[in-house]
Amino acid sequence: MQLKKRTTVHELKLIANDLRKKVVTMIYEAKSGHPGGSLSAADYIAAVYFREIRVDPQNPKWEDRDRFVLSKGHVCPVLYAALAKRGFFDEELIHTLRQEGSFLQGHPSMVCPGIDIPTGSLGQGLACAVGMAIAGKRDGKNYRVFAVLGDGECQEGEIWEAAQTANKYELDNLVVFVDNNNLQIDGTTDEVMPTLDLGDKFKAFGFEVYKIDGHNMDQIVRTLDTVRLRRKSHRPKCIVGQTIKGRGVEFMENIGGWHGIAPKQDEFEEAIQELDSIDEILALEADEQ
Amino acid sequence: MSDVEKIATRMGFAEEIIELGKENPNIYVIDADLGKSCKTTEFSKTFPKQHINVGIAEQNAAGIAAGLATCGKIPFVATYAIFESTRMLEMIRQEVCYPRLNVKFAGSHGGLTPASDGASHQAVEDMGVLRTIPNMTVIMPADYWSARRLVRAAAEFDGPVFLRFTRDAIDVIYDEKQTFEIGKSIQLRDGNDVAIIANGDTVRIALKAADELAREGIKARLLDMHTIKPLDVDAVIRAIDEIGKIVTVEDHNIINGLGTAVCEVVAELGRGKVKRIGIPDRFGESAPYERLLAKNGITIENIAEQARRLLA
Repeated sequence: MQLKKRTTVHELKLIANDLRKKVVTMIYEAKSGHPGGSLSAADYIAAVYFREIRVDPQNPKWEDRDRFVLSKGHVCPVLYAALAKRGFFDEELIHTLRQEGSFLQGHPSMVCPGIDIPTGSLGQGLACAVGMAIAGKRDGKNYRVFAVLGDGECQEGEIWEAAQTANKYELDNLVVFVDNNNLQIDGTTDEVMPTLDLGDKFKAFGFEVYKIDGHNMDQIVRTLDTVRLRRKSHRPKCIVGQTIKGRGVEFMENIGGWHGIAPKQDEFEEAIQELDSIDEILALEADEQ
Repeated sequence: MSDVEKIATRMGFAEEIIELGKENPNIYVIDADLGKSCKTTEFSKTFPKQHINVGIAEQNAAGIAAGLATCGKIPFVATYAIFESTRMLEMIRQEVCYPRLNVKFAGSHGGLTPASDGASHQAVEDMGVLRTIPNMTVIMPADYWSARRLVRAAAEFDGPVFLRFTRDAIDVIYDEKQTFEIGKSIQLRDGNDVAIIANGDTVRIALKAADELAREGIKARLLDMHTIKPLDVDAVIRAIDEIGKIVTVEDHNIINGLGTAVCEVVAELGRGKVKRIGIPDRFGESAPYERLLAKNGITIENIAEQARRLLA
């Protein structure tokens, strides 16, 4: 099911900020997790889950649902926050991240309602998304498949194997988003292994490519609108979002060290304070409109 | 020598998958540019909408199969056993076995059968590698008819299955009436002096060894252990309880295949003796298939000899 009314850009900004607060809280409480990439993907995931994707939280396995594949599985806190907010499970459960017995595993598992495929080991999600998209086309279904990739994981060869398959089978029902935050564990992507221009690469692999600012909600929404209208173009779509790792929490922004560590108490409090102030700015913005 | 019909077990897969494809539009075949070798070309022509060829890109074949399975398809990934068990291994682990998706891996050129191709193509460790992954079922049929029946059984079973086939033609030892159940061995010869447990292309050799022993008055119980995981533990325990001596035979590394699986059961029982025949932890080489088996002791003579030694 689609949400009755398309969520506005302003509402999506508020939702993205709420997801960020939850990400920081979940990882702080779990004392482990990956804040940097969760924060960089938050705006796109907010837009997909609260404006674009057709899912039924009451029936997570609904056959005609759009699929979502988080290939960069380590940023699952932001996805769990979105799934909880959409009602796939009790919002209180986000406090069980990485705990024994919780379906909010450290990396996504299919035991969690709303998770369509497990991920964690990088580079593997796109191929699974391609399989889902092929099944949808062969069955004459209208669903689409949304895959979110990290730029670092595009160093994996399997990504490009899957990309060439998407081109061969004209998977216009496949929407790939690259969270291009330029950072990976050992440094910048340029230092570790230059990815070159990922938009150009996906274009060379037959994709329709949209290079955007991955934090500009207006651009994200307009791009998703365009992609939706081009549903029958016979070509897979790739949105390359230029993003900032740690976005929204200033002391985490563009710092590789925040890839996979939890904030301490004072850092957590500072982060929440900062995100609260973003809410205030957004409220002012709304007043002005 | 009698005129025994010989057929490669990959042909059994190729013929059964067409029947399955006809019956069920959810049966898919995923090729990785080895359709001609895996004999899936006819399937691809007959059921183009149930066929995908990913080219020389095995890793994404496993992921695509997983994605298809989440949408209700029953994909059979067809390539060489070595590429499935090693090239695709982590994709099989994370995307298929962890979520226990309904994907089948049809591995041709198992064991030493791609003989002249040499070590790069000879899968001597595949069953062991895949046996170690939770949720995986591992099968090697012994002939054409068992291949057909076990391919069907795999399609009807809900969960990941690896099936290993031969490139080379091997004796047809069953007839079409024989029934097969995953995880249930077939007793081909009855006896209480020694047990021989074999699988895949070694069953036909073990059969002749059992007959040779019979001529000497030694009655061997021969089991075709087509499924090494889940192993037919009851049959192994019965062999120990009733006989106490087992020779295992496999066209696979001596480590972590059939022999190891049998030994795990026997060791925990704390009684009985096992002698394993298989590839002694080394790579293959280019040579005629039967020569390679002989070099690794997978012969009628050696099986009979090891049985005699256990009795001595």
